[in-house]
Amino acid sequence: MSRRLKVLRIAPGASLQDRGRPGYLGQGLSRGGAADVQALLEGATLLGQAADCAAIEMAGMGGEFEAGADLRIALTGAPMRASIDGTALAWNASHTLARGARLVIGPALRGVYGYLHVGGGIDGDCVLGSRSAHVAAGVGQLLQAGDALALGPDPGGRVGMCFDADDRFGGGTVHVLRSMQTHLFEGEVLERFLGTAFRRDARANRMGVQLAFDGAPFRAEGQLDILSEVIVPGDIQMTGDGAPFVLMPECQTTGGYPRIATVLPADLPKVAQAPAGAPLNFRLLERAEGLARQRAWAEACAGLGRRLRPLLRDPHDIADLLTYQLVSGVVSATEGESGS
Amino acid sequence: MTTGRQNSYPRIAPVGLDGCIVSFGATLDERANRAALSFRAALDEARLEGVEETSTSLTSAFLRFDALATRAEALEEKLAELLASRDWYRAPLPPGRRLWRVPCVFGGALGPQLGEAAEAAGLGEAEAIDSLQAARLRVLTIGFAPGQPYLGQLPETWNIPRQRALSPRVPAGALVVAIRQLIVFSNATPTGWRHVGQTAWENFRLARDPAFVLRPGDEMQFEAVTPQALEAIRARNEDGLGGAQSEVIE
Repeated sequence: MSRRLKVLRIAPGASLQDRGRPGYLGQGLSRGGAADVQALLEGATLLGQAADCAAIEMAGMGGEFEAGADLRIALTGAPMRASIDGTALAWNASHTLARGARLVIGPALRGVYGYLHVGGGIDGDCVLGSRSAHVAAGVGQLLQAGDALALGPDPGGRVGMCFDADDRFGGGTVHVLRSMQTHLFEGEVLERFLGTAFRRDARANRMGVQLAFDGAPFRAEGQLDILSEVIVPGDIQMTGDGAPFVLMPECQTTGGYPRIATVLPADLPKVAQAPAGAPLNFRLLERAEGLARQRAWAEACAGLGRRLRPLLRDPHDIADLLTYQLVSGVVSATEGESGS
Repeated sequence: MTTGRQNSYPRIAPVGLDGCIVSFGATLDERANRAALSFRAALDEARLEGVEETSTSLTSAFLRFDALATRAEALEEKLAELLASRDWYRAPLPPGRRLWRVPCVFGGALGPQLGEAAEAAGLGEAEAIDSLQAARLRVLTIGFAPGQPYLGQLPETWNIPRQRALSPRVPAGALVVAIRQLIVFSNATPTGWRHVGQTAWENFRLARDPAFVLRPGDEMQFEAVTPQALEAIRARNEDGLGGAQSEVIE
């Protein structure tokens, strides 16, 4: 019995991701890791396992998988159409995937990045402290049909649990903080930026998300003379054409375009999960409020275990429904009382 | 200490929720770069509570900290104290640096833009090679690609601009020049820098321990070899050092 998950089909852009490898910024290697780190944490909670387990990140579309042994799985992030041997599966939930069963995951119904977690974690090569692929840097590679993924040992646990996901799959308001070059964007420019209705452009990937909008380009003072400086995920760069570009976990470590603000880490999943065309607008927070919001997000993630509930099965899906004794001890209202 | 809003250096500014940058200048010069390297070394040695990693860019030192566990104001105070503790522009480079002498083929098919670059620098080709070979350059910063060094500064005559049109693909290990700096590429990449030479040096090699060998503040010098010599080096390049020798800089 082989504890592996076989990849039969997989859409382009899928890879193994965990929380990435922080600590190499000074060596030109950005931390990478799941584009939606919240979805990673949600899956780990569903399966009752460590937050640093690696999962399969699927970009826009899933694939087909076969279990080499009885497995526990969880599905989080952008909801995708999923089924096991033809039976539809709930998203944001944990399930059993029996040995030999086929799991099919289709296109995202909302959002961009869906995550398939397995009990025990996906046991890819640990390189520089992480199992995350960082294709831009030449670490690891995208998943391909035929891959037989080794899995970590699973001490076991519940399945059939779910939670109510938040609404981060259709864009919306994104909270930002000041960064080191915010002051280069004079008052009116920053105000206009905060008042602009952006939409996610077609161009987006694990390195960054381009935004589109109607209006004049955003310019910084001395734009062309800015020295190359450190970049962190969440930084909002103004590129040469004056349109904002939000840096994602696989971004470069330095860059010469000015940054107008930085997305609060708690809101970066919302940017990652905004599909093309989704509306995005920015709200600037002072540090104290940003910190409070980040703390609340961290606490909500940590407390998710308490908000799990059993998955209610649709009776229509229960194949052996007729064998259940749902009611017993029926009493006649008329018999045995007035001798009729 | 001055805040990010003012126009003087050195200064401290926040970077999002969990970062802090200490900048020593708006333009690249030797003293601002040295100040950044020296300050970062002192920061690492100080082991300030909550600091999770540090890095440098051309003229700044950056740190990332645990924003939920550490008060940014307290950290900025400690940074300000460290900043005020000495004139960082006069500080020496940190100890423990290495000089790497790296074999390099200049010009010809492996450095197809040497002629153009020499002309832009107002030098003959042979002069250009001599000038580049003689240069013992500092790793000013590492970035853009894993382990990729920006080396400088070359003499003023090498203040040549980047090309407007990008070369579509310059190979890994290529030596390229622009704006008084050299880069050795980590990966094949499109670029506006001129391709003047080729090495077998690998900035980043996963299977190697350590994966990264250069640190900002290290020095590199490129020694001309023939294409045949480079081939021979490639044939036994398990460590990815491309035949380079290193020594500790006192």
